Amino acid sequence: MKRTFFWSFLLILVLALAACGGSAEPTAPAAAAQPGETTAEQPAEATAPPAAETAAQTIIIGFTASQTGNQNVPSTGQVNGLNLWKDTVNEAGGIELADGSKVMVDFVSYDDESNTDRVQELYTRLATEDEANFLISPYSSGLTAAAAVISEQYGKVMITTGAASDDTYQQGLTLVYQAYTPASRYLTGAVDMLESVDPEAKNVAFVYENSKFSTDVVEAARQYAEGKGYNVVLMEGYDPETTDFGPFINKIQDSQPDAIMGGGHFQDGSTFTRQLNEKNVDVGFFALLVAPPEPDFADLGDAAVGVVGPSQWEPQAAFTPDSASAAGLDWYGPLGEEFVQSYEAKFDGAEPSYHAAGGYAAGLILEKAIRDAGSTDPAAVQQALDAMNLQTFFGHIQFDTSAEAHGLQTGHSMVYIQWQKDADGNLVKEVVWPLEGATADTIYPMP
Amino acid sequence: MDFLFTSILDGLMLGFVYGLAAMGLTLIWGVMNVINLSHGPIISLGMFGVYLLFTFLGMNPYIALIFVALFGLLLGIVIYFVAVNRVIDAPHLSTLLATFAVAMIITGLGTAVFTASPRNVDYSLGSVTIGNATIPVTRIVAAVLSVLITAGLYLYLHRTRSGRYIRAVANNRSAAELMGVPSVRILALSFGIGTMLAALAGGLISTLFPFTILAGGTYELKSFVIGVLGGLGNPIGALFGGLILGVLEGIIPTFMPATWVPVLEFGLFVLILLVRPQGLFGAKKS
Repeated sequence: MKRTFFWSFLLILVLALAACGGSAEPTAPAAAAQPGETTAEQPAEATAPPAAETAAQTIIIGFTASQTGNQNVPSTGQVNGLNLWKDTVNEAGGIELADGSKVMVDFVSYDDESNTDRVQELYTRLATEDEANFLISPYSSGLTAAAAVISEQYGKVMITTGAASDDTYQQGLTLVYQAYTPASRYLTGAVDMLESVDPEAKNVAFVYENSKFSTDVVEAARQYAEGKGYNVVLMEGYDPETTDFGPFINKIQDSQPDAIMGGGHFQDGSTFTRQLNEKNVDVGFFALLVAPPEPDFADLGDAAVGVVGPSQWEPQAAFTPDSASAAGLDWYGPLGEEFVQSYEAKFDGAEPSYHAAGGYAAGLILEKAIRDAGSTDPAAVQQALDAMNLQTFFGHIQFDTSAEAHGLQTGHSMVYIQWQKDADGNLVKEVVWPLEGATADTIYPMP
Repeated sequence: MDFLFTSILDGLMLGFVYGLAAMGLTLIWGVMNVINLSHGPIISLGMFGVYLLFTFLGMNPYIALIFVALFGLLLGIVIYFVAVNRVIDAPHLSTLLATFAVAMIITGLGTAVFTASPRNVDYSLGSVTIGNATIPVTRIVAAVLSVLITAGLYLYLHRTRSGRYIRAVANNRSAAELMGVPSVRILALSFGIGTMLAALAGGLISTLFPFTILAGGTYELKSFVIGVLGGLGNPIGALFGGLILGVLEGIIPTFMPATWVPVLEFGLFVLILLVRPQGLFGAKKS
């Protein structure tokens, strides 16, 4: 009897450990420290709304920040970007309207603890008690989905950033506008890139992490690739905790693809890359989600050379007023290098991540819309956003205005980086796609 | 079906290392009936030991293993006296919670010091090609070292005085004490050898895969399955358990999506517990 009890206990224990292991792992990359992205700049509680009687008009922009919880690192970057935008606007005397009056910006923000319930509660508070004029989204698709419903309910225009999932914009919302390239187009550029570098390539293998984000991205890329006449020779998901990619690599070798696409997050992506290299897999093109744009990817050494990865933005992406006019678009806001310089000056030399750039871009989009509208009236700003079609340091910004997917980002596209070696043999990250923003030619086939 | 051959070969290579990882867990269970929940974090420390010596002192990872083994042995003896010795005669739950606390302390300190960022021992010995299978040499070395360490453990347990003491304490602690065996010291030594094996396995794994301070958890889980397959308390059985698990992990994905691997592994785990709880190769008699 005692023994039966013991074995049952052991069984329950192991199952419990397995369950814990499953949930703990995906949060690990978020816990990674990123020097410079401190939370010191953020107000922990609401800053006091300014007096209504001040001479210049002041608008209140509300948002929540994940000061705690597993979204802390990217959220901190995003909020740093937003704070930089606010300071830039206010130091310039505010947003200048057509009638010559100026609009100053003030923030109200709270810690959402990376928790959906808190987001709903706090955005309701921002919209009602704090009387925010406009809203910015929290970080991540999940939290943003919760906030978007509230903003629509209270008639507040919201710019979302750090939220790539398409679903949020397909629910009939009319006041929510997305700054990021949606998940459905995250990897499609890689297919275009493959077509451009090798028109002969026909077979593609998709090997990806089993998570909602990666599955959505890869499913969209698969449909896109099949639409372009590619054969999908392998379509297989792996567990987020996978460390041994041997079985997948054996399958890849068996299916002999011209290109491999997929991945998920940092750890799995870097492991996959390393083992692919160790097994001498002969493949010309290898594009992975999330991992390659991270500077730490360079730790892989030679295994990183030739690997392609999509990024929402990169410091060296060459979006300029010239590239805007070449594309027939208006230019607005600072140059990329100006953004990087002022960010580094404000945050002790920390290089801005794409989350930080996305935060700044969200502010910039709102600023331009208020300017175009000539007022802070929500309906006028909504109209200006619907009509927006411009290029910024973050890339092309335009929104879907159809009833089916209102607010979905249609202009912005990912930039694709590739790890290459410079003349001294050092690993460098080069932007290789789209061609108008490229800083180097694509290495194809990868070594 | 070339890739079936490649997959089996891959699985075998990995299986030896899995076996080594499980050996420490099953040895400690066999000698003192303690389930060491700090097993996973100690595997992680072994990984970081090799990583730090390799990255900051430029030491060859296989030389670094010697220091990691020594560190594992001493750490285990310290853990034994701090956390296990006083509760060793208490019910299983007490030792379980004590080692769980040690696990939390190591993980907490490790996360604070190293963060949860992935690390990588960037060491390569190239690859060899057998037929159509390309195998990194580091995997072959890891497998060979695992076999050598297992053989060393076997000889130690059967040919040396302290090894015989360990077996005597495992067999019947009271009787061993009556014969003059210093049981507390032997228990501490066994715990130390168990953690040493875990740290060694971690060190070998670090030459194969990238890892974080949390990575040991995965191998701890595998160690449970392997321990039950090979018979808890039977260190040599663990090596065969490891091989079975490794080959399963190699073969299953060739027939079905790889996400089925844990389903079948843990299914097997439950099945063995139900029909043959002493394991395929027999457990310690209690």
